[in-house]
Amino acid sequence: MSKIGVFVCHCGENISSTVDCAKVAEAAGKYDGVTFSVAYKYMCSDPGQTIIKNAIAEKGLTGVVVASCSPRMHEPTFRKACAEAGLNPYMCEMANLREHCSWVHEKGEETTQKAIDLVRVLVEKIKYNHSLNPIKVPVTKTALVIGGGIAGIQASLDIANTGHKVILIEKDPSIGGHMSQLSETFPTLDCSQCILTPRMVEVAQHPNITLYTYAGLESLEGFIGNFKAKIRKKSKSIDEKICTGCGLCITKCPNKKIPSEFNEGLGNRTAIYVPFPQAVPNKPVIDRIHCTYYTKGKCRICEKVCPTQAIRFDQEDQIVEAEIGAIVIATGFTVKQPDFFPEYGYGKYPDVITGLQFERLASASGPTLGEIRRPSDGKIPQKIVFVACAGSRDQAKGIPYCSKICCMYIAKHAMLYQHKVHSGKSYVFYMDIRAGGKMYEEFVRRAIEDDGVNYIRGRISRIYEKNGKLIVNGADTLLNAMPVEIEADMVVLATAGVANEGAEELAQKLHVSYDPYHFFAEAHPKLKPVETNTAGIFLAGACQAPRDIPESVAMASGASAKVAGLFSQDELTREPLIAVVNRQPAPVYSSCVGCFLCISACPYQAIEKEELRNRNGDLIRSVAKVNPGLCQGCGTCVAFCRTKSIDIQGYTHEQVYSEVMALFNEF
Amino acid sequence: MTLGFYPGCSLKGSSREYAESVVAVAKAFDIEIKEINDWNCCGATAAHNLNRELSLALPARILSLAEKQGLNEIVVPCAACYSRLTVTKFELAKDPELRKKIVAANGLEYSGTAEVLNIIQMLNKYVTTKLEGRVVKPFDHKVACYYGCLLVRPHAILKFDREEDPQLMDELMLKAGATPVDWAFKTECCGAGLSVSRTSSVGRLSGKIIRDAVDRGAEAMIVACPMCHSNLDMRRGAINSFLGEKISIPVLYVTQVIGLAVGLNFKTLGLQRHFVNVTV
Amino acid sequence: MSSDPHYSIPAGLGSEVFAHTEVKVSHCYQCGKCSAGCPLSEEMDYPPSVIMRMLQTASPELEERVLRSFSIWVCLTCEMCFARCPMSIDIPKLMDFLREKSLKEKKANPKAKEIVAFHRSFLDSIRYTGRLYEIGLFAGYKARTLKIFDDMDLAPKMIRRGKLNIIPELIKDRSGVASIFRKTIKKNKN
Repeated sequence: MSKIGVFVCHCGENISSTVDCAKVAEAAGKYDGVTFSVAYKYMCSDPGQTIIKNAIAEKGLTGVVVASCSPRMHEPTFRKACAEAGLNPYMCEMANLREHCSWVHEKGEETTQKAIDLVRVLVEKIKYNHSLNPIKVPVTKTALVIGGGIAGIQASLDIANTGHKVILIEKDPSIGGHMSQLSETFPTLDCSQCILTPRMVEVAQHPNITLYTYAGLESLEGFIGNFKAKIRKKSKSIDEKICTGCGLCITKCPNKKIPSEFNEGLGNRTAIYVPFPQAVPNKPVIDRIHCTYYTKGKCRICEKVCPTQAIRFDQEDQIVEAEIGAIVIATGFTVKQPDFFPEYGYGKYPDVITGLQFERLASASGPTLGEIRRPSDGKIPQKIVFVACAGSRDQAKGIPYCSKICCMYIAKHAMLYQHKVHSGKSYVFYMDIRAGGKMYEEFVRRAIEDDGVNYIRGRISRIYEKNGKLIVNGADTLLNAMPVEIEADMVVLATAGVANEGAEELAQKLHVSYDPYHFFAEAHPKLKPVETNTAGIFLAGACQAPRDIPESVAMASGASAKVAGLFSQDELTREPLIAVVNRQPAPVYSSCVGCFLCISACPYQAIEKEELRNRNGDLIRSVAKVNPGLCQGCGTCVAFCRTKSIDIQGYTHEQVYSEVMALFNEF
Repeated sequence: MTLGFYPGCSLKGSSREYAESVVAVAKAFDIEIKEINDWNCCGATAAHNLNRELSLALPARILSLAEKQGLNEIVVPCAACYSRLTVTKFELAKDPELRKKIVAANGLEYSGTAEVLNIIQMLNKYVTTKLEGRVVKPFDHKVACYYGCLLVRPHAILKFDREEDPQLMDELMLKAGATPVDWAFKTECCGAGLSVSRTSSVGRLSGKIIRDAVDRGAEAMIVACPMCHSNLDMRRGAINSFLGEKISIPVLYVTQVIGLAVGLNFKTLGLQRHFVNVTV
Repeated sequence: MSSDPHYSIPAGLGSEVFAHTEVKVSHCYQCGKCSAGCPLSEEMDYPPSVIMRMLQTASPELEERVLRSFSIWVCLTCEMCFARCPMSIDIPKLMDFLREKSLKEKKANPKAKEIVAFHRSFLDSIRYTGRLYEIGLFAGYKARTLKIFDDMDLAPKMIRRGKLNIIPELIKDRSGVASIFRKTIKKNKN
């Protein structure tokens, strides 16, 4: 027999101004099963909670209904109070008399009656409540960070510095990402590699970080705290333990004309190569797609000259298995290439380049050693045009969003150009100037006021080449859209920042949501920017949306804090309000027929197949089983199950049915 | 199969040589073409500038006639007429209410099933595959293929080639033995209907086109539209005025080039009718 | 006419524009790419992006200026603006609409006299014969504009080359074509 206590809260005047709380308490006290009913001004306060705790002790209550505010407000408060008094917290329910009643209606009899009905509903429900216990899931305290750019580096260091182990995987031969390609960073004009490489070295030397480069995620199984990752280490064709990084093989390699990815195609590299001199690890890899030995079976010069015999032509890819507790995705972004733009020449003009290519020209370690030179003839451009919003904010091209960093880097590029080519003239064609960060606006003003960069507001209609010059047709919209034609020596397109090519594939391997542009989806755009909807997987940096370095670093540290929080316990406690597929004694075992419609319905991949076996070990049949570590309690599977074999603990069919019937006054 | 033929007003008058070359090439390749009986003017630029319904009703009448005469595929050598007919088909298919209104104005049945081909599409469908074997006098010159506006825009409706730096005419000319040059004014407007009412604008716009083609070493301009031809050829005086120089690059229709390449006669192709002399 | 619940219909001429052409003037973010690529931009009083801005303001004075502008008449409908517009705004269709409205309200810019006269003469010619009669077109144009001596040297050159038909080509169903005119343009008294 139930012994339910009803506690009606005035909530100051929030509830009592429109609802007659005394009357509600009086009506509730008359219900079958209710042995205690009281109204009080502030139930959530200390004295209020004491009333509840005393009632539980003195009256031996088996259930508590607190009729007050929204459960989103104080459910944890009241459940904790009940637990402290010795009552299972899931025997405590709340009737929302505030957001659902007093705050949305006028004072009157009907409002009070509605409050009475709401209490009735919860009283009937609680008669079917069961004690529930939180679910405990073990945690492996190793993090996997995917992507070795600045975000991945920061995340790895932060997590490693909390004392936990990190596996950092990077698909390129070296970590560093796009930041290592930059010449100087805004708004300070710091040398990018100078501030980055110390971090890179720290990662390589950190005792808690295991670094795999030239590697990628092969597959992922499991759930939060208990992932199993398979990592594919692409064969570098080098024995890393023996290689000293002396670089002799690179100098002797005869295959020198391969376009360098690090230099964005503006320079060449050899088949056995290190992407840039400050690479970490500073050991070469052999590019099997271009290497003469792999394509034609000849050469092998590197093998001959290597002083430690570290070349291994027969080396195969290696699969490393790792147990992981949390994952941070930091795979970054890429930029559109000029061949994406029909009106700018479909990529056929060598002097129309992207912002990243300009970074390589401006960079002291770049293909032109820091001199701005035209890729076509090596001459220094005297007139240079920078085009903002090349691809971004362009619905017709399928990229309606803003790529965020271009306004700033264009100003930076124009300034660098003016610093290097004093007599040069630079033009920026823009639509808006987005300089919202700290010291950003001042930075752009410097470009305009101190360095004489000409800013023209208008988009460029087309670019074509004539007699070695690039004819740029634009308009000045601040001057009645007056046509502006510039004969430029070089054009730099601030092309759109987009997701990496493999982003969709990776997202599907990780079971993480992504948006139509293949950027990974955060759990909540405002309040959960570093979490995904997949428990245990976090985001950092530009893989979620285009962003600059300070934000990427901040996000990485944020993700690391989440991981550290996850690892601060040996076991994860989860709310038991999850789905459960029923189990019954033999010979039924379960009313589940094994149609597994629930598995396809579950958005969290939380349902598995379980083989039912008898005592001899023979297979009887397979039925569904919900993984308590992954289930989010959304209830989709419950709606799908045709045999009503799945129920949500805390919201069972019986409980919900009783609530509905209470409203019809039938019970 | 009989190919319907919609010449349009220009091909009957000021651009007669275009029609002559189309007919000559069709005959040389055994393509049976039949002029649509009692066709009317499509309304060209004037109609859509002044009244939307008129601009749709006139082309709709042409399409209705074609259907009625059993001509399911029609070739429309004039790019402007091609544009009007294709746009009309598109608009009437999109908006059934509008279609009813237009059919009521026309008094003719309309099903929108007749397929409309521009000259390049027609050539690629019926001539190009047989062309290489038939070339006896390769058109061994550097040519600038000028597409103009209405063959390639708006792409969403016409779905022909690509809007920027189109290639189909260039590829066709290659097969005729010519060397197409890569140039920057392939699809820039020649001045279109301002030929009479604002000739100076035509001088400027067409002048820029001729200038770029000549600068890139082209020896001939190749066109697929009588309006473009008229502006580049007949209005050469205004062009020369704008450029401050007498330029004598000839302007030929695609069909004339193909005709010459397969050995057809100069006069059969109407080349003597041009304002700027064509010497081959 | 809008089936798009998220598009708020603008006030003024912009709403009429939307009703007739489905062009949403609020979509224009004034990038200027249309004006930059327009071949006639330098001859216009208001380049296309400026016309869009004027329509966005829903100001009666600016709308009046749009209808009285020279821009809408010198526009060649070459479709370059539409091809390059990042918001895919059908400016040529908008221009057709503005032209029709401008004539209806008798607001055609005086500088556009020749251009309007040419279009009118063209249509007059085909109304009676069904096909263009160039001599008729020139006659009508010269009558309207009094530019009697323009292009005088052209006619003999064209005749010599067989490009000018002295006798007009009359189609059989002239009444059908005339009826089309009556039911469309003549109904609106353009």
